[in-house]
Formats: sequence, C-alpha cells, structure tokens
Amino acid sequence: MNRITPQRAAIAIALALLATLPVWVGNSYYINIASQILIWAVLALALNVLVGYAGLTSLGHAGLFAMSGYTAAMLLAAGHGHFTADLTALVVTLFTTAVFAVLALRATGIGFLMITLAMGQILWGIAYRWADLTNGDNGINVSTRPAPFGLSLSNAPSFYYATLVVFLVAVATMAVFVRSPFGASLTGTRDQARRMTALGYNVWLIRFLAILFSGFWSGVAGLLFIYYNQFISPQVVALTTSAEALLMVISGGSGTLLGPIVGAAIVVVMKNVVSAYIERWNLVLGLIFILIISFMPEGLVPGSVRLWRAGWQAIRGRADAPAAEKPEAPR
Amino acid sequence: MSLWLTLAVNGIALGGLLFLLSSGFSLIFGLMRIPNLMHGSFFMLGAYFGVTLLARGHNFWVAALASAAAMAVIGGLIERFLLRRLAGDQLPQVLLTLGGAFIVGDVCLMLWTGDPWQPATPDHLRGVVQVAGLYFPIFRLVIVAVAVVVAIGLWLLVDWTRLGAKIRAGVDDAPIARVVGIKVSQLFTLVFALGAALAAFGGVMGAPYLSVYPGLDFEMLPLALIVVILGGTGSLLGALVGSFLIGFLYNFGQALFPDLAYVILFLPMLLILVLRPQGLFGKVVS
Repeated sequence: MNRITPQRAAIAIALALLATLPVWVGNSYYINIASQILIWAVLALALNVLVGYAGLTSLGHAGLFAMSGYTAAMLLAAGHGHFTADLTALVVTLFTTAVFAVLALRATGIGFLMITLAMGQILWGIAYRWADLTNGDNGINVSTRPAPFGLSLSNAPSFYYATLVVFLVAVATMAVFVRSPFGASLTGTRDQARRMTALGYNVWLIRFLAILFSGFWSGVAGLLFIYYNQFISPQVVALTTSAEALLMVISGGSGTLLGPIVGAAIVVVMKNVVSAYIERWNLVLGLIFILIISFMPEGLVPGSVRLWRAGWQAIRGRADAPAAEKPEAPR
Repeated sequence: MSLWLTLAVNGIALGGLLFLLSSGFSLIFGLMRIPNLMHGSFFMLGAYFGVTLLARGHNFWVAALASAAAMAVIGGLIERFLLRRLAGDQLPQVLLTLGGAFIVGDVCLMLWTGDPWQPATPDHLRGVVQVAGLYFPIFRLVIVAVAVVVAIGLWLLVDWTRLGAKIRAGVDDAPIARVVGIKVSQLFTLVFALGAALAAFGGVMGAPYLSVYPGLDFEMLPLALIVVILGGTGSLLGALVGSFLIGFLYNFGQALFPDLAYVILFLPMLLILVLRPQGLFGKVVS
C-alpha cells in the first residue's frame, strides 16, 4: 500500500484548500457557489450510496431532499425552534424514506427506478397542488438561519464553514460506511444478490438500511439547502433536481467517494456559468447527459483515473494491464 | 347525480387518453424492455405539433395523424441512432431518454413559449348526445371510442398477425429470431416508432381537453408509469384497465379532494406493489 502516502497528501491539501477557501476566494459570490457545491455534494454522496454501491438507481431523491426541507421550513414558519424543526424534519424524512424503500424494493433494477420516479413526482404533486399545506407555487420562506453554539451563520463565509463541517462529516461517514462490513455486503448484494442470499445475508434488509442511510443524508442536504436559500418551492421537488443529482453521481463516477463531489462541482459550476449566458439550462443538462452516456459512461473520475494509470503504465513501459482492478459496473 | 355522471364521463375520457399514452409505453417498455422516459415528451411534442397544425386551419384528424406520423419518424430515429447503441443496457437508456426529455421540454418551451395552447374542440365533434335523458359530450366519447379501437387494433396486431408473432419472437429470443430470418432490428425500430406515434396521437386528442403547456411531459410520464405498474408491464389489457382506473380515480379525486388528487393516484400503486408486485395482469418474471 505504498500509494497511501500521495493519497493522504492529496487529502491534506484538499482539506487545507477547503478550510482556507473564503480567504483565497474572497468574493462572497464565489464563496456561496462553494457552499452550493458542498450542499449538492452531500445529496450526490447520499444518492451515490444507492447508485454506486447498492446498484439501485433512484430518480426520486429530490422528494426526500425536499421532504426534509419542506418539513423544516413549515415548522420554522409555524414558529418552532431550529433544533425541533431540524430534528423533526430528519425523522419525517427517515419515515418517508422507509415508505419509499418498502415500495421501491418490491422491484430492483429498472422497476426500482420507475417506482422511485413515480413517488418523487407524487411528492412534487403534493408540494405543488396541496397549497393549503405547502403554499403551492409561492413556496415557503425561511426567515432565519440557525446559530449553532451562538455563532451567526448570516454571512457567506460563516455559512460556508458550517456547510463544510456537515460536508466533512458526511464524507467521513460515507468513507466509514463504504469500508465497513456492511458496505462490503451492500456491494455484494449489488453484484451477486443471489449468492448473498445463499450465504445467509438478508439482501432486502441490507438494501433497506442502505436506502435509509441515503435518505438520512439527503434530508441533511435538504436542511442545508433551505438554510442556504432561506426559501423552498415546488421547483426543488421537480424531476430536474433528481436528475441533476443523478447527473452529479454519474458524471463524477458512481461507486467512488470522490466522484459525486467532483460531479457536484461540475454541475453547480456549469449551471451557474450557463445560467449567466442563456436561459436554457435544461437543454444543456440534457445534452450533457447524452454526451456522457454516449462517450464516457463510466464517469469523469474513473475515466480520468483509467487514463492516468494507462499513461503511467506507458511511461514505465510495463505491459501488465491494470484493468483487473476496475470493479464491474453496477447494473 | 349529474356531477357524478360528469365525473364518470371525464374519468372514462381521461382513461382513453391515458391508454393512448401508456399503450405505447407498454409496448416500448413491456415488449422491448426500453425504459423510455421520453414518453411524456412524445405526448407533449405530438400535442404541440397538433395544435400548430390546428392553428393553421387543418382538419383535426389530419392534424392528429400528421403529428403521429411525425412523431413516428422522430421516435424511429431516436431508437435507431441513440438507443440502439445501448441495446440491453437499461441504466444508460434511462439516462439517455431522461436527457432527451429535458431537451425536448426546453426546445418546446423555446418554440411554443410558456403560454398554454388550448385548441377549440373541432366543430363536428362539438355538442352532446342525449341518451336516456342524460347528456354526453361527443368529444369525450370520441376519445374513448378511439382508445377502444386502438386497443383492439394493438391486440390484433400483437397477438394475431404474422408481424406480431415476429415481434414477440424477437423479444423472446432475438438471436434465434434472427437465425430464422426475422429482421429483429427493423421490427424494434418499428415498435418504438409505433409507441411514439400513439403517444403523439394521444397528445393531439387530449389537447382540446387538457390543453398543452410546458411541464405536461413530466406530468404525463408518471401517469404512464403508474398505469403500467398497475396493469403489469407488457400487458395491453393491463394498460387498458389501468388507464381507466387511473382516469376515474384522478377525476373523482380532483373533484372530491382537489388538493390531494395527485396523491390519490399513489394509493392503487401502493396496494398493487404490496399485494401483487407484477401488476394486475402482469406475468411473474423469474
């Protein structure tokens, strides 16, 4: 494992860059974009647990994300405190996720995706049509940001740091999760569900717990989102959001920890850049989807790693191909 | 009493529309196993084509058929040049069609603006028929009649013709079908084109009733999904029963609990998934 040292160095550099970002970026507009990237990265990481490690592709994650956001926003608007609102939101999201999971796990593969898509759209329908509850198209304002330990989060750098802390906890949890025996059994259910059953694993339960885990972090991302925007509307629940999250996972490379983070950065930056010039974000989003699927189906991070390794091998002049290390693509 | 009857007629009419939408989806998803997330987009794009032709003064049926023909060509091209490269790979197919759906949605917004288009019901289909003292709007009845004709036509085509037998053979075992001389690849393009055409035809039929507006695509797509989940994938009878069930439920739901109409659709899906995950008329896939 002599590769660990450069890896650790890279992580240390990345952490240092992230921690000092407000200093070297300066402008609060860019700090806010960094916060957005981190928020979406948490959602993408959560979705990646399913897409990358469980082999279950969900197109309903915007529903879970917004479930938490809406619950918290409604409770805050009703005058409850931040702690109560956030905790309730996460509990409600977990409960919704459990319902999602029980239904969607009646199928795997494409059936799973279709069911999550239908349920996500139904949650959109609630947010949009049940105006008495959700204020419909007008959305809900969130008047204040919380002040954990008495620290105000009202300006861009302080909110960035709060988001960064949550993001790092999320990454750390994911890293532990993936390396844990549970994570290994999850990838086992992805690759060989029948053999896992034969070995005595409860495949359904493993998948169910993975979905709950994913739902929890989607909920956390939803909370960050409403505190960042101080507003939530049915647009957040739309299929576009689920699709964007999926694009982040896939463009970065599913089944890796770094992939969804890079994907989130790519999508958020692109969205901001594109929106500055033209109004046609959905068009661009669709084109990127088609281009990535057609030309780089494994995602940018694994693709780059593959190219880098190939290049390294070529320089060293070794003939043995490293292709065997690449895990089978999840289906 | 008349409220209930109106709701029932509307429910049947929406069911007819949903069948036009979901029968194509059922062909593409059930037979060819392509999870086509562009299906709602085909419906919307077809509807836009139709209203454009109607606005230029064309006959309603000419507009509907022309729009269906145009969508068949577009669908065929999409299958041949984009989806064909991903044959058998469902996840990439989903993502590709999802990307395509976003593109179609945005292009439609660009070309037809964000305002809803609602063509007038064509003259010869206006009015009501009176049966036993009750009034039925003709246009709604026509939608149902068209749906029933299409249902019978599709059933005959798939189950009773040589072409249908070839399609089924191609689906069951493509390599062997090829060996005995069936041009599976062309057949698949044909089926996809047919599914797209049906969606477009449904879109035009629905335009005077639902109107056409941005977002219609992703509003119709889950309905098609729910219908197919309810009826069972690949079952035309299932799609028919599911369509009318959802059509009724949606209309009654909207009248009785307007805020929750969309949620009520979720209930039969929930029941079916818990009790009979293969759908009402679906076969158990081993």
